Amino acid sequence: MEKTKTKIVRTTTWSAGPGCHGGCGVLAHIKDNKLVKLEGDPDHPWNQGRLCTRALAMTQYIDHHDRLRSPLKRVGKRGEDQFEEITWEEAFDIIEERMKGIRDEFGPESMIFSMGTGRDIGPWICMLAYAFGSPNVMFALSGNACYSPRIAALDTVQGDYCVFDAAQWLPGRYDNPEYKVPECMIIWGYNISATCPDNLFGHWIIDLMKKGTKIICIDPRLSFFASRSKHWLQIRPGTDAALALGFLQVIIKEELYDASFLETWTDAPRLVRNDTGKLLRESDIFQTGSDQNFVVFDTDSNTPVIWNTLEQAYGKASATPALTGIFDITLLDGTQITCTSVWEKFKESCAPYTPEKVEEITFVPALKIQKAARFYAKAKPAAIHWGVPIDMTPEITPLCHAIAALWALTGNLDVPGGNVFTRSAFNAVAYALPGAEGVIKLKDQDQDIPRIGKDAYGPFNKFIWRCQTDKVMEQIFSEKPYPVKGLWMQTCNPLSGIGLDPKQWQKAFEKLDFIVGVDLFMTPSLRYADIILPAATFLEKDGVRSWWVPLQTINKAMTVEGCRPDVEINFELSKRFDPDFKWDTIHALFDEILKPSGMNFKTLSEKGWALPPENSASRPYRRHEKGLLRSDKKPGFATPSGKFELYATLREEWNLRATPYFKEPPFTPVSRPDLFKDYPLILSTGRRSPAFFHAEHRNIPWLRALDPDPVVEIHPDTATLYAISNGEWVVLENWMGKARFKAKVTKIVPPWMVMAAHGWWFPEKKEDPLFHTFESNINMLIPMGEQGEDGLGAPIKHLLCSIRKESVEVKNV
Amino acid sequence: MSKSSKNGLLIDYEYCTGCFACTVACCQEHGWEAPLSGIKIMEIVQDLPKGKAYLTFLPFPTELCVLCSKRTREGLDPTCVKHCMANCLTYGSFQELAKKLEQKPRMVLWSPR
Ligand code: SF4
Ligand code: SF4
Ligand code: SF4
Repeated sequence: MEKTKTKIVRTTTWSAGPGCHGGCGVLAHIKDNKLVKLEGDPDHPWNQGRLCTRALAMTQYIDHHDRLRSPLKRVGKRGEDQFEEITWEEAFDIIEERMKGIRDEFGPESMIFSMGTGRDIGPWICMLAYAFGSPNVMFALSGNACYSPRIAALDTVQGDYCVFDAAQWLPGRYDNPEYKVPECMIIWGYNISATCPDNLFGHWIIDLMKKGTKIICIDPRLSFFASRSKHWLQIRPGTDAALALGFLQVIIKEELYDASFLETWTDAPRLVRNDTGKLLRESDIFQTGSDQNFVVFDTDSNTPVIWNTLEQAYGKASATPALTGIFDITLLDGTQITCTSVWEKFKESCAPYTPEKVEEITFVPALKIQKAARFYAKAKPAAIHWGVPIDMTPEITPLCHAIAALWALTGNLDVPGGNVFTRSAFNAVAYALPGAEGVIKLKDQDQDIPRIGKDAYGPFNKFIWRCQTDKVMEQIFSEKPYPVKGLWMQTCNPLSGIGLDPKQWQKAFEKLDFIVGVDLFMTPSLRYADIILPAATFLEKDGVRSWWVPLQTINKAMTVEGCRPDVEINFELSKRFDPDFKWDTIHALFDEILKPSGMNFKTLSEKGWALPPENSASRPYRRHEKGLLRSDKKPGFATPSGKFELYATLREEWNLRATPYFKEPPFTPVSRPDLFKDYPLILSTGRRSPAFFHAEHRNIPWLRALDPDPVVEIHPDTATLYAISNGEWVVLENWMGKARFKAKVTKIVPPWMVMAAHGWWFPEKKEDPLFHTFESNINMLIPMGEQGEDGLGAPIKHLLCSIRKESVEVKNV
Repeated sequence: MSKSSKNGLLIDYEYCTGCFACTVACCQEHGWEAPLSGIKIMEIVQDLPKGKAYLTFLPFPTELCVLCSKRTREGLDPTCVKHCMANCLTYGSFQELAKKLEQKPRMVLWSPR
């Protein structure tokens, strides 16, 4: 027998497989079109040879006996186990016919295109929806509460998103002379063992700690970071904004802020009217004045001076704008009003949050707050890394605003080792994300008109181009202003993972006329699909990744018979739906996305990866000084005023409070003492598992062995109170529903809180077509429709529940 | 394997994050069926004075660890060492590793079966 050689294919992890947001360089060892081994690429600047559990378990994933390998057509009732195999051609024909039928009868907007977490599916699902004619692309989490709220919030106040700097932009990484290791890092609601959040490699933080970075950890759980931090602030979930305001109060009171940044780069001197509480605009005081221009009070001339937004300059050559004081201003109609500065207003917002007050709200001792705030403010440079708990609260935007003010006021924005603006590498943008317009876009603005939630919430018209998920759910049942008839559901499993109140999702599925599911394994949600299409892992496809650095390609290493990559599926159907579809081949589309880099798919994949060049908008540092952030190339930020906004102009336009504030979340001991009587524990969810990506990977033996059961963590004192022992099955319950978990009695959690794992279903329990998806699903206890005032955020980290022993002994897991 | 090996693993448990990459890397390399692996991670919550606690993940090479003899013969690091997300495992001779052990607290030196 002839021996075939093993070939080694260099590629990038992203999407199905590890399931992550990717970026790792890997070497796939392929023999006879089979994956023999997957290793980290030691030459890759991102992971430098390292790799996580889920990538290292790819050999068990890719050839798994349960992988879907043929398109299926439902022949029984929704929710049953009745499907028959059909060919791809048949599947495409049925989909084309049914979806065109919906489009003809109800309009293209009656089809919703739903995805789970934003992996490389994002561009391809938008491509399909837009080719079909629907603007309704949905990220299926209530309040769109993962990542895009944080991005939108930062775009609102500072014009661009930013992340902690681990030299990921620089050749030579940490050794690059431009780079500085942060002296301090605040880890705000993030646990490292589960690796990579938000397009960062989690263990970069370990690299930095070894180089001397000291940690402030904000987490209710005794995490890895909490144990190793200089200051651990054990916060009551949902009170983060109060803590951030408390930090600001200390920093302002003790004058630990960077005064020159404040004066030069923020909107601090702009005047705010005391009569309306709104910004004073040029049009308020001059007949021909613009409402886009703002006013400051010049202490040299003792007169108001205009800040010309277009020119990014004051109307007077040498203005010395006052930061504090009360000023008399005469309006156009002669009315006399008083105004004060944004800085005064901002300070007023922070002033009530004294350490003592914040201790009362957050449970964090006042002294610790003071010490941590001082340490952060004095450390140079200092960075903040925040996790998804920031999004998972209804008042997410004011919270982000307060945290952003921390890095801005301490002079840590876009400096080496601080929080650094991040844009798609080389500005190669695939599809519309907050703050960026991509190659894949709606044909025209009219197509966007029926997007669900668009008119209800400001950010959805400015930064967020998906529909608002809770509004979609409402509309499925109300059918107003138009009915939703069909659902395209791609790598998305609302009944087990992303869907809060999953029974409601089940009802929604039952109500729809036509559902297509695209996934790699049969899931509880796919049982409701009319047509199922088997998708491919990252090793079976080509792709491009520019989120954030480096610019990379995904290179097809092998194929699995019967499966097709998402991009190929969506490309084929886009051509069928849109006679004017722009691209002939997928590589032509990739090439157009990569065009700003001067490379195409072929040249980039040969090169492997590329870092953006110096003095470009996607490479740090101090881009606001260099005029690299604004489209007019002037120094400043990409905000309406050109400044870092302590007072958010856009929030004022959206009729929302423009300075940061704290509001008690909807279901806490404080806001709902009535519920707290019956449900006396704070329920937090969603702690990450190193074995799983959300609802995925329960069927991969090496991974399941690491984390075999749905676990709820409970403090020993609380366990004693309820006579619960370690390893015992318990029931968590509240007004929404209940779910069963295995108790892990541990001091990792405080006595007043339990932490329940999320994403649980049991792919091995095949006797139930829904794989017991409602049994240990913590989302059974979480409502939808609790988004914040701007349509963003959801109460996922801070609910209430009771706990009890499960009365009947249940053997076997 | 007899104890002819002069090599072992230096484990810096201060930085072990409990990510289990080593456990699964070993499974991939040696084809262990779950839940077997050459290296396990113990989660230890230590009690400290004044009601405080401290979380440690302690990597523990098991009876199945063969120090990746095939890989190391080829001059490669053991796969757990190569893939460790926190770079907290080091392979080498006891002599070299003992020197490193002197330089930093919270480490253990492990000798295979
Ligand atoms: S989760 Fe992180 S370590 Fe794992 S493959 Fe994705 S990017 Fe790499
Ligand atoms: S050295 Fe090799 S055999 Fe031993 S635990 Fe590590 S990976 Fe497994
Ligand atoms: S791979 Fe490293 S950090 Fe992760 S569990 Fe193993 S020893 Fe610890």
